[in-house]
Amino acid sequence: MTITTVEEAKKDNEYYKALTQLLFQLADDDFMIAFRGSEWLGLAPHIEEDVAFSSINQDTMGHATMFYQLLEDLGCGEVDALAHARKAENRVNAVLLEKVNGPGTYLSEPEYDWAFTVVRHYFYTQAKKIKIESLKNSSYEPLKHVAVKVNMELYYHQLHWKTWFTQLCTANTIAKNKMKAAITLVMEDFNGVLSLGPDAVRISEYGLIESEEFIRQRFVSSMTDVFESVDFKFPDQMGMKNGDGRKGEHTKDLDAALLTLSEVYSSNVNATW
Amino acid sequence: MLEKEIQQRVWEQLQSVKDPEIDSVSVVELGMVEEVNVTKNSVIVKMLPTFMGCPALDIIKSNVKKAIASLSLFHKIEVEFIYQPPWTSDRVSEVGRAKLKEFGIAPPPVMDESGKWHVDCPFCGSTYTTLENIFGPTACRSILYCKGCKNPFEAMKPVSTLM
Repeated sequence: MTITTVEEAKKDNEYYKALTQLLFQLADDDFMIAFRGSEWLGLAPHIEEDVAFSSINQDTMGHATMFYQLLEDLGCGEVDALAHARKAENRVNAVLLEKVNGPGTYLSEPEYDWAFTVVRHYFYTQAKKIKIESLKNSSYEPLKHVAVKVNMELYYHQLHWKTWFTQLCTANTIAKNKMKAAITLVMEDFNGVLSLGPDAVRISEYGLIESEEFIRQRFVSSMTDVFESVDFKFPDQMGMKNGDGRKGEHTKDLDAALLTLSEVYSSNVNATW
Repeated sequence: MLEKEIQQRVWEQLQSVKDPEIDSVSVVELGMVEEVNVTKNSVIVKMLPTFMGCPALDIIKSNVKKAIASLSLFHKIEVEFIYQPPWTSDRVSEVGRAKLKEFGIAPPPVMDESGKWHVDCPFCGSTYTTLENIFGPTACRSILYCKGCKNPFEAMKPVSTLM
């Protein structure tokens, strides 16, 4: 099945629903992790990382824009409104991605956790890579084209986070222990990232993306290899401890994030910056 | 004027639109213009974004509109960013590559099958360079260092659909 236009996608109500749900997940995930990443600006461990991380965040925000643009084309609202004006309960990003970087804020006494950031971003990027590879064969052609575009930029992100991950995991005891703690924390909620939401079955049946189970298997097998290479064991369990973001369940961290990131938009919807 | 002639004049105008961050290289030379469609009093320009998060895209779009508007030939000018075909670094023309180098930015190298790539110094031509940071001051550039002339320099990073 190939759906090439918006009109075609709208013909089948069920298809339209599945498609827009998937797009909201992809857009909200990228949007939120790019925001959390941007909070590190000026705070990263060294200046080269500051340059690299802000570039990655900029790319990722660009990916979110493309997914929101597809939603705008499908009649779901304007890109800026989709990004800034939706209430927390209507957002479907994974809860793990909204979690704060650590205690404090970027304005005052940020005690952000770099190990947690490396693990969260690396795991997320790896899962995204698997989803994007699958989306390159999506039944919705405009999404297919976006996936090709995202994939080229994602290549460098993956390389970057893998380098940090393996180096910190094979470093001295302090780094190693911090990484182990971060892995535990990320795994507790990683099911939320791999989840395709309440309509998962329909989403994959329509050929929009491969099944959740397939994506999970590929993720686990790719991670098992990486963990072996650093002499770690990939944990057997992953959960959704702090809520199912795909169902609109969120934490107070998201409310705070939305307040900050939509500050300019809320003060003047026509502002350009 | 014949349609072909009008089309030609639009392309000439597009040649005058430069990358806001590299003011010697035009959007045509960067391979960002995919299609120019002229019909009666309107024109549609289809462009390929280099990197999607690039903040220069909006500026480029409005500069393209301004440049075409100066022809006073059209009632309607549309500039659209499309993703298919995707922009890849091999779309930069030979002229574009030469101009990048002149500006002090090494043109995008070719990536081999293993994902490795190498660039020579755009200043002294030395091949003794090291990659300092894959990510640079803009989304499309990397930071390198030349051990020959001891200068840091930038290179346009390679992107291809094979990645």
